Amino acid sequence: MNNRSIDLEVGGSTACYSVPVGPVHPALKEPIRFQFELDGERIVGVDIKPGFVHRGIEYMGMRRNLIQTLYLAERICGICSISHPLAFTQAVENAAGIEVPPRAQYIRTIIGELERIHSHLLWAGIGAHELGFDTLLHLVWKVREKAMDLLEQLTGNRVDYAIPIFGGVRRDIPKEKAPLAYEALDYYKRLLQDLIDAFLHDKSVEMRTRNIGVMTYDQAVALCAVGPTTRASGVKKDVRVDMPYLAYADMDLHAITPEDYGTEPIGDVFDNIIVRLLEVGQAIEIIEFCLENLPEGELTSIPKVPALLAALKKASGEGIGRHEAPRGEVFHYVRLEEDVEEMAVWKVRAPTYGNLIGWVPKFLGDEVADIPIVAASIDPCMCCMDRVHLVDGVGAESVKTKTELVRLSREKTRRICG
Amino acid sequence: MSATIVHAVWQGIVILFGGALLGMVYKGFDRKLAAQMQGRIGPPLRQPFYDVVKLMVKENVVPDHAVGWLYNLMPLLSLAAVGTLLFYLPLGGFKPLLGGYGDLILILYLLAVPSLAMVVGGFAAGSPFATVGAQREMVMMMAYEFPLAITFLSIAWRLSVVLPGQPIFSLTTLAANPLWGLVGPIGFIGLLLLFLSLFIVTPAELAKIPFDIPEAETEIAGGLLAEYSGRNLAMFYLGDAIKMVAMASLMVALFFPYGLANLFHVTGAWGGLIDVAFFLVKVFVVIFVAVITVRVGFARLKVGQVTRLFWLPVTGVSLLGMLLLALDRFV
Repeated sequence: MNNRSIDLEVGGSTACYSVPVGPVHPALKEPIRFQFELDGERIVGVDIKPGFVHRGIEYMGMRRNLIQTLYLAERICGICSISHPLAFTQAVENAAGIEVPPRAQYIRTIIGELERIHSHLLWAGIGAHELGFDTLLHLVWKVREKAMDLLEQLTGNRVDYAIPIFGGVRRDIPKEKAPLAYEALDYYKRLLQDLIDAFLHDKSVEMRTRNIGVMTYDQAVALCAVGPTTRASGVKKDVRVDMPYLAYADMDLHAITPEDYGTEPIGDVFDNIIVRLLEVGQAIEIIEFCLENLPEGELTSIPKVPALLAALKKASGEGIGRHEAPRGEVFHYVRLEEDVEEMAVWKVRAPTYGNLIGWVPKFLGDEVADIPIVAASIDPCMCCMDRVHLVDGVGAESVKTKTELVRLSREKTRRICG
Repeated sequence: MSATIVHAVWQGIVILFGGALLGMVYKGFDRKLAAQMQGRIGPPLRQPFYDVVKLMVKENVVPDHAVGWLYNLMPLLSLAAVGTLLFYLPLGGFKPLLGGYGDLILILYLLAVPSLAMVVGGFAAGSPFATVGAQREMVMMMAYEFPLAITFLSIAWRLSVVLPGQPIFSLTTLAANPLWGLVGPIGFIGLLLLFLSLFIVTPAELAKIPFDIPEAETEIAGGLLAEYSGRNLAMFYLGDAIKMVAMASLMVALFFPYGLANLFHVTGAWGGLIDVAFFLVKVFVVIFVAVITVRVGFARLKVGQVTRLFWLPVTGVSLLGMLLLALDRFV
């Protein structure tokens, strides 16, 4: 680790006053607290305090049967409402050794990529709003509606699509619905260049985002950033490419970095916009590939729910599931025990967790006016990420070191295992 | 004598209410048109009236840390300043009510008062967001006041050369003698440059995007206005609406004072009516081009970027305009 340590100090300045931002602030869509050390308008230090929206979802999930928990997994995040179930089903299938038919894998991929389109457009709109560019916000969100409409037509819901189930999917994409999808994809293909023009060729957007919120290649690698945040720094890291799953293995994919746009990666907010907009184009291609090559066959390997529950109850073992969510890698770990309906362990690592510490190099050296856009640049999702809440040590604010946390979690594991 | 005073008071009340009414109507258009351009439906045109009425009946909260009297005084001062401003502007074909008692320099000061009132109010509010907003507003004022002053003074000076002996700093004289026809080609280019710099200063003076830095909702939660509520906020809101009209009328008076009545040889009441209607259209066009389209088309800039923009290019353009006007005199 030492050879990878990175410099997170800003030289030549002293903090004169500190300004708190959050947990409630118009720039933040979800509660988190930043304590900024400022030298004039320049940020010379930042402390991040998450933990305002811990919901105990893992605990709840370990007290329900697996199908009930699937619904819960879907509700970890409102935007990544397919990414968490995708990772979760893969983890359980991995643990229980359930096969997924090819058609189901393709349908999962299609919904997952549609989610990427709407999530990236949502992010672009929020980014524009943080810059004070509300026109772009309204236009982008209007465009986003097409993806939401298509998702509703394919799955019945705008969010929480309820598509994956252990061993397959719950709804088919029949042939007669394919034209709807093609129409939406054509719509986005036509508009993508307009969106790229609106964001990347706009002088005022460039003035506000170029060289702002920089995370260098080395910092991104050392801090284990994930998703578009790390790809904007030029790190070619993408679960879909590195460890292909679902339908991704069948296609020729590459991790999108600013190099695809023809610029050298800097890792600033502008590069984040480039990567996310280009990924919308990539998602369109992936969906088209999946629609064209949609294999015939079963939707799920165990169609009857009681049979599925029985099979899961018999299963035992560990499983992991990873999915490249729009925000980055989402990781689920599951341990099943024989003759127990509930999971023994469920561990969720949302992408924001990986990107959280990347905020520190991004904020340092920026100005107060950059706080909203830099905070938004990693596309944070606090309530998906909050997984720890200290309930003892009442009243006193306490910070636990890594060693203490390891000790505490070992104690907890021993307690669970009895 | 007393009849004149009664007449003046009566006129003053009409101008004040008319200005406020006009400001809110234009604000309604501003919101509706901006919404349409952004692909939204937008509020009804009378929304600003609803807003002011609602704010007037809402509780007027004074934060614990605020300097109470200063905090409450500033909205009033802001409204009073823009109200006074209305008395100095030639609205339509009418002579300004107080035209004989002040000049362009006074107008410059009156334009600065609402911003200063917001700065003092922001500091008096005792909130960190308001303080940051107040600091930003001060920096902004330092940035845009210089090109604004250059524009005003150059035009007045050039006119004094053309019309010696006239009260050249009076806006009435300026409006009655549009410079465009009185200068040569070099002066014409100079005037164009001055117009350009005033055009860029207008959204900054009115604190609209891309220069809404002191309020910056996503950054400092409304900044200067973060703590204001109820009646105080309504007064700032009204002041902002009137200032928009005042700034646009000023631009009209300096650069497009032409009337239609003479063109169509209409005199009397009908002529006045045509001129007033044409004036309202001109003000609308200025607001539409200089405020609405600009605020729809840009992202918010940072205070450092704005300062650089105004100190170097905009001041440069206005100085060049002044230089060309001066050259024009000697050619």
